[in-house]
Amino acid sequence: MTRYSLFQLAAKALTGHRGWAPAWRDAAPQPAYDIVIIGGGGHGLATAYYLAKVHGIRRVAVVEKGWIGGGNAGRNTTIIRSNYLLPGNTPFYEWSMKLWEGLEQELNYNAMVSQRGVLNLAHSDGQRDAYARRGNAMRLHGIDAELLDVDAVRRLAPFLNFDNARFPIKAGLLQGRGGTARHDAVNWGYARAASALGVDIIQNGAVTGMLTDAAGAVIGVETTRGTIRAGKVGMSVAGHSSQVAAMAGLRLPIESHVLQAFVSEGLKPIIPGVITFGAGHFYISQSDKGGLVFGGDIDGYNSYAQRGNLPTVEDVCEGGMALMPMIGRARLLRSWGGIMDMTMDGSPIIDRTPLAGLYLNAGWCYGGFKATPAAGWCFAHLLATDAPHETAAAYRLDRFATGHLIDEKGQGAQPNLH
Amino acid sequence: MRIPCPFCGSRDSGEFVYRGDAAPVRPAGDEAEAMFAYLYLRDNPMGAIEEHWYHAQGCRQWLVVTRDTLTHAVAGAFSVGGDAA
Repeated sequence: MTRYSLFQLAAKALTGHRGWAPAWRDAAPQPAYDIVIIGGGGHGLATAYYLAKVHGIRRVAVVEKGWIGGGNAGRNTTIIRSNYLLPGNTPFYEWSMKLWEGLEQELNYNAMVSQRGVLNLAHSDGQRDAYARRGNAMRLHGIDAELLDVDAVRRLAPFLNFDNARFPIKAGLLQGRGGTARHDAVNWGYARAASALGVDIIQNGAVTGMLTDAAGAVIGVETTRGTIRAGKVGMSVAGHSSQVAAMAGLRLPIESHVLQAFVSEGLKPIIPGVITFGAGHFYISQSDKGGLVFGGDIDGYNSYAQRGNLPTVEDVCEGGMALMPMIGRARLLRSWGGIMDMTMDGSPIIDRTPLAGLYLNAGWCYGGFKATPAAGWCFAHLLATDAPHETAAAYRLDRFATGHLIDEKGQGAQPNLH
Repeated sequence: MRIPCPFCGSRDSGEFVYRGDAAPVRPAGDEAEAMFAYLYLRDNPMGAIEEHWYHAQGCRQWLVVTRDTLTHAVAGAFSVGGDAA
């Protein structure tokens, strides 16, 4: 892999930017690997990279049914943060944040990680108390959190509707280290770095079945590009985990739902960081290109359509108008949908499955992007050592049977409410 | 999406509350494994699915709606009591 550098950029500029090599090899499948990862999203590629880099396992293949960057990795709203309350979640997301902070140097790739701050707004005294508790929990884990009064919020974002009759702004919880990253660049960076370490990235190869031995252990996968044998198989196919698990005869505590996202026309800089509306579900940031990137709730019904319906568009825009009426002047450029693995408690799963040789990384609901580095790190740790990483030990598949749920929102076994 | 309510006719889906897959049936006993499967495990089908929708802003009846999860096309609905649309 040729390292990217300012010198190289200048040299290529002098020759009209001809001669840039592809960032990763478009590999053809070999007959067998030590580990096969199903799914070439951010999580799958990060897993492959850390398997090669941290654990020295380089006979690794990532099998992707489409192309790199064509799924949820390119459909999210690019927010990174570690402002979680519950014990099983807090250390994991902070580990992810720490990996984000060193990611570009690690991968030699500009992922545009921008720690511009994540501000959660409170609209009632009770909500302010809840944010104080959350902030305290974060600080006890060594994570930055700051409870802002209304004046401090006003200095950060004077354009907000502070005196809305129903949802006045009472306070804000700021995580200054949170922010955004360029989502598909994260994928490309991991793909390039993994490929350089010998990982085969096999695109346009959909998995159609599992190979099992006489004892029922998974020993490979059938794909549209042929049979691939593997010492271990890892599933990392957010949105379609139930389908791939069904190939192995497993049923999961997951429903697939559609989450929409939106971007406005490009505007001059106006939104300082990430801002979330606490009275509804609305979050917004501004991309470096100037577009306002925002979203809200999932549509609420099972879907694999990768597009949503108008009532949710209306609901999201109402949240935006309640929070910052100026947004009504911006024109919507595009909207799209992505398919989410919604689990029964709103938290993910990184665990072995009941089948030997088959491992699961799934159920990221709509929080998968920020988790990309740590999910890759922890899934690689599980695949390499057969033991859970200490920060992901709570993400067990059997927690639904044992009662050790991680229900951050407190909604119970109703996936569309998480 | 519009849902053909057997009592109210074709109505916007915004009038309804969604519960989810209608296939799981509460087990008769209290055997832990069966209750776990009923409460937490789902087939999560890609394509046709029968689901429970509650017509909260209309007749306040629970319906079983047949819908396609790939296209959002609604094929029909009947009340949990059995009246077809």
